[in-house]
Amino acid sequence: MRVRVFVNLKEGVLDPQGKAIQHSLASLGFDEVSEVRVGKVITLDLEGEREQAEERVKRMCEQLLANTVIESYRYEFE
Amino acid sequence: MSDMRSQAISFGLKSEEYDRIVELMGREPNFTELGIYSVMWSEHCSYKSSRAHLGKLPTEGPQVIQGPGENAGVVDIGDGLAVVFKMESHNHPSYIEPYQGAATGVGGILRDVFTMGARPIANLNNLRFGAPDHPKTPYLVNGVVHGIGGYGNCMGVPTVGGDTQFDASYNGNILVNAMTVGLVRADRIFKGTASGVGNPIFYIGSKTGRDGIHGATMASAEFSEETESKRPTVQVGDPFTEKLLLEACLELFETDLVVGIQDMGAAGLTSSSMEMAGRAGSGIRMHLDRVPMREEGMTPYELMLSESQERMLVVVRQGAEDEVKKIFDKWDLDCVAIGEVTETGRAELFWHGEQIADLEVGPLADEAPKYNRPYERPAWLDEVRALDVASLPMPDLDEAFRKVVASPNIASKEWIFRQYDHMVQTNTVQGPGGDAAVVRIKGTSKAVALSSGCNGRYCYLNPRRGAAIAVAETARNVSAVGGRPLAITDCLNFGNPERPEIMWQFVEAIEGIREACDVLETPVVSGNVSLYNETNGVGIYPTPMIGMVGLLDDVEKRTAQGFANDGDVILLIGETLEEIGGSEYLQVVHGRVAGDAPQLNLIREKAVQQFVRDVIQEGQARSAHDVSEGGLAAALAECCITGAEPRGATVRLEGGLRPDVHLFSESQSRYILSVPAIHAKRVLDKAASVGLPASRLGTVGGSRLVIEGMIDIPVAEINHLWRNGFAQVFEQGTHG
Amino acid sequence: MKFGVLVFPGSNCDADCFNTIEQIGQPVRYVWHKETSLRGLDCVVVPGGFSFGDYLRCGAIAKQSPIMEEVRRFAAAGRPVIGICNGFQILTEAGLLPGALISNQSLQFVCKNQYLRVSNTRSPFTHLFRNGEVVEMPVAHHDGNYVADPGTLKELEDEGQIVFQYCDAEGRLTPESNPNGSVNNIAGIINRSRNVLGMMPHPDRCADALLGNTVGRKVFEGVLSKVGI
Repeated sequence: MRVRVFVNLKEGVLDPQGKAIQHSLASLGFDEVSEVRVGKVITLDLEGEREQAEERVKRMCEQLLANTVIESYRYEFE
Repeated sequence: MSDMRSQAISFGLKSEEYDRIVELMGREPNFTELGIYSVMWSEHCSYKSSRAHLGKLPTEGPQVIQGPGENAGVVDIGDGLAVVFKMESHNHPSYIEPYQGAATGVGGILRDVFTMGARPIANLNNLRFGAPDHPKTPYLVNGVVHGIGGYGNCMGVPTVGGDTQFDASYNGNILVNAMTVGLVRADRIFKGTASGVGNPIFYIGSKTGRDGIHGATMASAEFSEETESKRPTVQVGDPFTEKLLLEACLELFETDLVVGIQDMGAAGLTSSSMEMAGRAGSGIRMHLDRVPMREEGMTPYELMLSESQERMLVVVRQGAEDEVKKIFDKWDLDCVAIGEVTETGRAELFWHGEQIADLEVGPLADEAPKYNRPYERPAWLDEVRALDVASLPMPDLDEAFRKVVASPNIASKEWIFRQYDHMVQTNTVQGPGGDAAVVRIKGTSKAVALSSGCNGRYCYLNPRRGAAIAVAETARNVSAVGGRPLAITDCLNFGNPERPEIMWQFVEAIEGIREACDVLETPVVSGNVSLYNETNGVGIYPTPMIGMVGLLDDVEKRTAQGFANDGDVILLIGETLEEIGGSEYLQVVHGRVAGDAPQLNLIREKAVQQFVRDVIQEGQARSAHDVSEGGLAAALAECCITGAEPRGATVRLEGGLRPDVHLFSESQSRYILSVPAIHAKRVLDKAASVGLPASRLGTVGGSRLVIEGMIDIPVAEINHLWRNGFAQVFEQGTHG
Repeated sequence: MKFGVLVFPGSNCDADCFNTIEQIGQPVRYVWHKETSLRGLDCVVVPGGFSFGDYLRCGAIAKQSPIMEEVRRFAAAGRPVIGICNGFQILTEAGLLPGALISNQSLQFVCKNQYLRVSNTRSPFTHLFRNGEVVEMPVAHHDGNYVADPGTLKELEDEGQIVFQYCDAEGRLTPESNPNGSVNNIAGIINRSRNVLGMMPHPDRCADALLGNTVGRKVFEGVLSKVGI
């Protein structure tokens, strides 16, 4: 089964890359964009039962995939 | 036409080259064999257009341990130590994908040096971009600089020097020339040789993917709109894996297990295996199905031609397999025996037990075509060289000065080198921005002095003299910090050699390098040729980039370029002639590239450098700066603003030259020294005694640079212009 | 006093730290990241570089290495731990120091000499400096932008845990003198028990007279005389 983990900087943590992209979009005329946040998508292919997998993916996020001091995460099973 | 023949042509071979292959093999090659021939006989691997002339370069000297022909050159620096260095181009890939192109260029040259057993101690990068206002330039500058930093910083090798120049001739063909210098024990140098029948051949490093297949042949063709879309062939660098590979290889070199080693660079497994066997006169048997693969369904042809990065081929002693594996296991790197050395003189390749290629090794390297391409002095040269100085309008000198100092070619490149780690390894005594970098050799009193560059405008106007000046100026830079020039590496960037005028530029440049290296006693120990730097028939300025390595026996006896003390006397060593042909002044103030390159008297050059080194050795010079692009005016400005703190100066230029010419002439063989007032007479007398022109220009002090009757500008303003001239042009491109 | 310098795959300032410790005349050994004991060591240095290529996040993979469990115990026992640059990132990822380090505001790697203000001298690492002293040290990083939530920041301030701050030549904490966008110009912090230091600037790069600056030695020398201050 395949899981997609989305990791983003938490609201309130400045995202320098997002800011640069927003600035760049504005200079291209896309000034309707009021905020840009850049995140990561991590795709995991894994084996086992869905129910256990959910618990384990959560632990993967907590222990490694996200730094919960600054990042939030969510995941989607396909 | 046979299928294979048309395939050969699509691989970039000429029809008559295909005939020769069939003749050598006694049959038609199969697809894999043809692929191998096509890359081995590409311009990039075989130097078929340039080989006839490269042999003219001086390559010997008492200091030379290893000249051209190996992965890199090696020069003795005493104390049982040697430096290993080479420069290489990654021009085409960097234009197509600037970040990865530049990054993998750095990765490749690092591997060339550490395969020899050396730990890399310094990187330098020489970059040429199109006009600053060309729409693509900021994007390319940003990508290339990020790529160089991204790779070199991660490797923990300081990037200590190089240069960056802009000219419209590079609009469609940028140059990214990377140089690495490594340090090795003189008795522990490893070479790319596959000897010892029965010795296993190990594949180590990253897995092989489909990256960069036919990269070497791409480097041998002109650009067109079509090649711009060939993005998939660009390799992606992984500096982390390379760092592991470096440490693992250095650990391996501590053992006595290695017979020969070579990096898989351009043309990957093909060139590394064939060259290693070729050097040893041996044969090889390889089982390609054992090669670690990153993608499914790869064919033998793809495995032989892939240019995936961070891979090495190593021949080790029989029976050493387990010990070798243990080292690479520690560093989590693939390490697989894929074959062995044979005595057959043939390359026999297998795929799941079945032989899929059988080639004689010798002809692949030795029988590669060698062209004595026709060359002819271009007809347009006389017209370009004509320059009537008297007819140039006299500019406002303060304004002209401001323009020259703020020109991206002259202005501080801090915006670039701030993005490179230039301090790691804690040996950088003098980093980027000076005449030459000074990198200390721990455990000794010594340091190496490093400088690299080339003025493409001079080479365009006069390739022979321009190339000689590139050698002379890099040597002059090394001498300016107190170093004795030892040897050079070169990276010869030119247009399409099939055009006689380009070939003429190449042949002339070789002559210029030869002359200068002979007189200055700095042999060529390694190098690289990059041809076909042309887009839609427009070639770059001929740019024979030179990387000079020098030695300071005592690192304490060195100088920097900035004025250091108020009241010091400013001296000019050398003389200023009416030479603004090809100058920065002529370009930025009058918008012209014309005239002849400055004269160069190599005997004088050598004497001036020796003199300046002596003055530094005797401790009489408080600063020393080479006078080059931008002339006396730019050199004085740099002396004022690059010391520990900015200092003014009052200077008087005497003689009958037109003021603008006097300020901005780029006459060669000149230095600005500052010396304590009590030493001034002694230094001038000493110059007179060895027959060198030297004069007193003025004194250090105050808050303005005053060149009497010509320039009067606050140093703070000069500082601002010089420090921001570059960033102003490129900062807006950071989103690129 | 015996120092250990951790080596992760991709560390590249391990030798610079090693040399610095030798320069101050102390015994030192490298500790490979797969080792599981710090026995016999009195101070641990987590050096700079690109551990595991800085992939995922700087320090995120290094914190999983076997030796880090031991470093946690070592720190909990009150022994001194110094994290420099990537070492600072590793210590925050490992939870030994609060906050996190994200990409520089410029999105560029920055390598240069930088003025720092010593903002608290009551720690083993800073007691050889004068309070408020302005020193120069090299910085070289891409992700040195220190962030922490307001609560953590207040605690850092109240407890005197901010030890180095980016400043100008006069010691003023200005936005212009901040090379990476760190909140409150934070360049280096200590934990509440004051035995763990994390800093982005490189004291290991300014400990050799030939390079023109030896101020960095004080950070290491401080540990010798005041362990457990």
